[in-house]
Formats: sequence, structure tokens, C-alpha cells
Amino acid sequence: MAARGVQVELKRTAELTSAPGGGSEFALSRLDYLIDQLKRHGINWARRHSLWPMPFATACCGIELMATGASRYDIARFGAEAMRFTPRQCDVLIVAGRVAMKMMPVLQKIYIQMPEPKWVISMGACASTGGVFDTYAVVQGVDQFLPVDVYVPGCPPRPETLLEGLMRLQQIVAEDGVRSSRERGRGLRLTLQPPRTDRVELGAGFRGAE
Amino acid sequence: MRDDDIIVLKEPELTPAERLYLPQILDGLKTTLRHMFDLQRRHAVVHQYPEQTREDTGELRTANYHGVHRLNKDPDGRVACVACFMCSTACPAHCIHIEAGESPWPDREKYPVQFDIDELRCIYCGLCEEACPVDAIELTPLYELVSCTREELILDKEKLLQIYEETKGIKPRRNPPVTDYGLTGTQGLDVAEPNMKRKV
Repeated sequence: MAARGVQVELKRTAELTSAPGGGSEFALSRLDYLIDQLKRHGINWARRHSLWPMPFATACCGIELMATGASRYDIARFGAEAMRFTPRQCDVLIVAGRVAMKMMPVLQKIYIQMPEPKWVISMGACASTGGVFDTYAVVQGVDQFLPVDVYVPGCPPRPETLLEGLMRLQQIVAEDGVRSSRERGRGLRLTLQPPRTDRVELGAGFRGAE
Repeated sequence: MRDDDIIVLKEPELTPAERLYLPQILDGLKTTLRHMFDLQRRHAVVHQYPEQTREDTGELRTANYHGVHRLNKDPDGRVACVACFMCSTACPAHCIHIEAGESPWPDREKYPVQFDIDELRCIYCGLCEEACPVDAIELTPLYELVSCTREELILDKEKLLQIYEETKGIKPRRNPPVTDYGLTGTQGLDVAEPNMKRKV
């Protein structure tokens, strides 16, 4: 990521010095650039290492969420140990477990009550897609109602998988910065087409073939 | 029920020291403090995840862990699946979608033109693995798959075969195929001895 940053910097410098405006304009854009970098590497650095989760645990995924918070997997190593049970103090909504249709307004209210910037992790099969509960009473994926940032598969996911999701979220915060949830919202999509070309990313901890 | 059947239990009398509650609190705190200052023990408890995985500590049972699926290849490098739809029928979450086509090879009738598994809907129960007659679909010890979109986690045939290539080192294709392909396709001499000899 650092290498890409340097590349962008070089490109921008080349563009700006060759521009006809010259000196003061260059200095101003430079200042903009510095503020941008400060935001990205300073504020977002602090932000991504102090994500406070709001555990919305409705089922067995909540147990794995507790295991992730406990001493063995110790979510505090990622700065996300401050589980707050009021949405007004939280950055990340972790939806763990199935969400019934009647529960969805509650979840939406909790999401609305969280201050921006906020992110959503959809943990487990039920929260992400409905899982085995393919009925009218269960929401077939909370992403039909909330802008979900990271999907964590599993039934329930292992603590490692949740930590992997948290790391992916930290990566999003580092690279993407803060965009409002309205911008990130993907809305209701009922038909999904799998991408046919991309290779699958096998996770940070995976050690490969031998 | 008579009155003398009822057993009346009385709370034990507390001694003055017990009534203070302080010795009990100190007794509990002793455990907490021991854990707090015993650095070696503390280090042993915490699992430093991305650096130290369960493979490193030897706690992961790679032979039968229920992680992400893969599609096995047969010794000729072709996809081993014969598109019989047993796995998608057995799947309780209905996350496997297969489209069968006529096989270009003479030893079987069908092969999967498309094979999609929705890893997000899957509950990793392993029933597909048990249902498969040719042991083509297997679960790998790979548990670290997350995504930013739902589409990314619908794995198609190429990706499942890629996962086979990447995990065959840590988990070789476990069961040799016992079902004779010849029985499903052009039936030749194999019919005389069905399933008697293992092919691999």
C-alpha cells in the first residue's frame, strides 16, 4: 500500500509541476495533498485501530463473538475490545445471527442511532444470506436493508474468521477512509451473479500448498 | 403429602469473617492477580492470530476440518465431478447450484458445465462431502475467507478447482474413488466387475 502511495505521489508531483499555473497553485495542492495524507495515515490509522463494535448477537454467532472477545482470541489486540451496548458509542455494527423480519426495524433503528462514520460486519450465514432459514419470516441477508461492508461466512464463523473480517474492515478504513453509509449503500439486490474471472483470495493467515 | 414429608432447609450460619465477605473477595482476586502477573501463562493463553495460526500450534485437524469447499481433480487433471446432483440434493441450505452438460470424455455421461457454491449461505455441515459418490467435493481446512461483496463468495467451478490446487498439499484427496465411472457411461467390460477394483 505504501508503494502505491509513493507512486501516486510521484504522478501527482509530475502533473502539478508541469501544469501552467506554477508556484502558488502547486503549493496549495501540495497542502491539500498533505492534509489528505494526514487524514489517511493519521486519523484513519487511529480510527481503524479503535473500532468499537456494537454486538447485535441474536443467535449462536453471538457465542463465537464472545469467544473472539475472550482472552484466547482477544479482540483487544485489534483495538476492538470495547463492546458497547448502546449504538451511540459504536463504530462497527456486528450483526451476528439470524434476523427475523420483525427484528429488522429494531436493527435499522440501532444502525441509524450509530454516529457516522459507521461500518457493518455481517457475521455468519444467517445474517449474510439467511442461511438454512429460507423462509418468509427471516431476512435473507441484512444487506437488503443495511450497507454491509464485510461478509464473514461460517455457521458460526470461527473467531479467526471474524478477526479476518475485522482486519478486512481495517483495510477498508485505511484505504477507503470515511464515506457516508448512504454512499456505500448497495441497496436491495435479489439476483446475484458470481464473478467468473477473479481468482479467490484465500485469507491472510493461509499458508498455501506445501 | 403430609407435613412431616416436607424437608425444611436452613441456610448455614455465617461466621463473622464470612459475614465480612472480604476474605472471599481477596481469595477470588488472588486468582485474577496470579493470571495478571504471570506473563508466561498469559502469553500461553493468547493466540496471536494472523501471525500464529492453528496450523502452527497443531490444533487444526486438517483431515476432517469443515472449511471452504473444493472440487477435486482426477489423476488426469479433469474435474472429478460427474454432475449427479447428489450434493445439491443433500444440501440443507440449498447453496450448491450445478448445471450439467454432456461429457466430452468417454468414461462418463455428464460433467458440470457450471458449479457454483454460495459460501455465505453454506453452513459447512459436510453433507455434500458425504453424499458425493465419486468424492469430488470435499471440505478443506481453509477457514479464512471473507469478502466485501456477496458475489465474491459465490465460488464457481474454476475457483473451487483452484482451491483444490492450493490445498492438495495440506489435505490430499482423501478417499479413492470407489464408484466406477464406466458404469455411468459407455458400459464395457467394467460391468462384469463393478466396484471390485479401486481405480486409484
